[in-house]
Amino acid sequence: MSQILGNLSILWQAPVFNLSLLIDGLMIGAVFALSAYGLALVWGVMNVKNLAQGDFVMIGGYIAWVMSLNGIHPLFGVPVAFVALWGFGWVIYVLIIRRVIDQDLFTSLLATFGLAIVIEQVLNILFTSDTQTADAGFDSFLLFDGLVTIPQVKLIGFILAAILALAVILFMKNSRMGQAIRATAQDERAARVMGIDTDKVYAFTFSLNAAICGAAGALISMIWVIQPFFGITYSIRAFVVVTAAGFGNLPGVIAAGLGMGVIEQFGGFILGAEFQQAIVVGLLLLVLIVRQVQQARLRQVVQ
Amino acid sequence: MNDSVLNSLSFKLPLYGFILAFGFLAPLLFPAYTSQISVLWVMIVLALTWDLQGGQMGYNSLGNIFFFGFGMYVSAVVQIGLVYDVGVYTQASGGGIFNFTPAQYYLGLGLGMLAAGVLSAISAVLLGWIVFGLRGPYFAIGTLGIAIAAGELTGAWEWVGAGQGISMPQVPGDPDSAKYFLNLLNFFLVISLFVFLSWLYSTRFGHAINAIRDDEEKAEGMGIHTTRYKTFCWAISAFFLGVVGAIFGNMIGFIEPLEVAFQTINFGIFMVVMVLLGGKGTLWGPIIGAIVFHVIKELTWTYLLGWQWVALGALIVIIVVYFQDGIMGWIKRQRPEWFGIRVEQQDLEAQPGAAE
Repeated sequence: MSQILGNLSILWQAPVFNLSLLIDGLMIGAVFALSAYGLALVWGVMNVKNLAQGDFVMIGGYIAWVMSLNGIHPLFGVPVAFVALWGFGWVIYVLIIRRVIDQDLFTSLLATFGLAIVIEQVLNILFTSDTQTADAGFDSFLLFDGLVTIPQVKLIGFILAAILALAVILFMKNSRMGQAIRATAQDERAARVMGIDTDKVYAFTFSLNAAICGAAGALISMIWVIQPFFGITYSIRAFVVVTAAGFGNLPGVIAAGLGMGVIEQFGGFILGAEFQQAIVVGLLLLVLIVRQVQQARLRQVVQ
Repeated sequence: MNDSVLNSLSFKLPLYGFILAFGFLAPLLFPAYTSQISVLWVMIVLALTWDLQGGQMGYNSLGNIFFFGFGMYVSAVVQIGLVYDVGVYTQASGGGIFNFTPAQYYLGLGLGMLAAGVLSAISAVLLGWIVFGLRGPYFAIGTLGIAIAAGELTGAWEWVGAGQGISMPQVPGDPDSAKYFLNLLNFFLVISLFVFLSWLYSTRFGHAINAIRDDEEKAEGMGIHTTRYKTFCWAISAFFLGVVGAIFGNMIGFIEPLEVAFQTINFGIFMVVMVLLGGKGTLWGPIIGAIVFHVIKELTWTYLLGWQWVALGALIVIIVVYFQDGIMGWIKRQRPEWFGIRVEQQDLEAQPGAAE
């Protein structure tokens, strides 16, 4: 308890730390927003809750890490992870998702939970359970006499995440496939009547989601740490962000993702790093309770 | 239902006799497998309690393991707290310094099990107030969140040993008879749970929770107080989960928040898979599923060491994706007459001149 108060007073007396935490949080939050956007896409279009979301992120992270071990700069891991996870997502769609898409939601939740276990265990066997970071070899910007450090790699990660998000948004708005995806999300039957191959749309959406997660993972491996069992935390983060923002609400997802990163940084600093996972789960419960109170009010109005 | 093959006395009596004989004699005949048999009873309890509210009421929880771990810790605190100061005990992390006389142990175990069950049920009522507004996947994720949060918070709580965990008091007597004693305790719990559930499913309560599963809005429209039924149903689940958690803590001998008590990945997901494997919403399905799953699990742990988790995860995916109805559902489709469903025979009777 005294430790918590001590940390709070540090923040109070040295406001510049707040700025440092805020910047860190925003940069990491950008990556959360990416994987959450993927989940919002899959959830909104296919009505599938993917609990293996975070494990896709981890696969992408390990791809970039392995490349950096072999002397290739991990920044190149971003496109490679994007393409590799695209293929992986397509295989998963054909093997698993296609068969649970018209079942109830719990089925897809459980199936992807099983998939998450398989992925994290395979990663564990291949790379052991040590935490890893891909060394990108960038310097840091120092502000306020070195009190605030901004690692360049985090800034690059932030910019790349923004570019990727922008590309996906433009793609969804303007391309023919993007239109087909949005049409399928609105009304699957009507889309099929209009001649859209919905099976192809689903496969494309799921692959796109996996690819976005893979790219996000490659960024994570550079700016933070990866570990086989961290996947579930990312899945929960994505779920929290989407539940808080509601799918189909893209600015909301981005804002909630950034907010999530900031809250986690502050919470981790004040309570201690060992509470990281507890903070994520606590946020989940908080969001669910708030949503429920909102809906209870709505229900009373209806009655 | 009364005239179905599976309900006839000539089928039931030998079956029940065999189960009773197995429960009492198997650990004596195969002493090497006593722990495995004991764990099997635990898994049957987990599957039956999950099915009560996942299969019969349609509320798929991923966090029922919370009550298991909660009961385990409650029982540990009661058992130790009766004799020693809990904070001092956990700080010394057992270490064999603290001894329990047989009277202290058995009194502690009895009170611990009772407290575990009752407090778990109460916590279910309190948590139900938070989560029962959630539907479908939100309920599943919300309960999963509760279980994970409980594990993390317990891991930071010094008084109950934090991440180091607690060494449980030992059962008095030699290890073999201690194992047999805990095995019997689990077995009695399975029997009482089974008898209780088979009675419960035949009452108005059973029909009410089935109605909630089939269509909650209509059930509410028919005058069923759904929130009350849901909370009560979850509390029953929680009661038995708390008791079995208390016994399991004594079986393992050492409890710890993430791997033993709030093991979301192990037992937490196993209980769902066992029910799906056996057949959701049936009385025997969870039991059959638990037995088959336990055997598969022990085999993979023995022969696929290192890859056992991959195999198990793949098994989960296969069961969920390709084998939704479970074993009971499959038998029901193959042999509907065993369940008293007489589609063909009624058709035959409807035709003039057809013999019964």
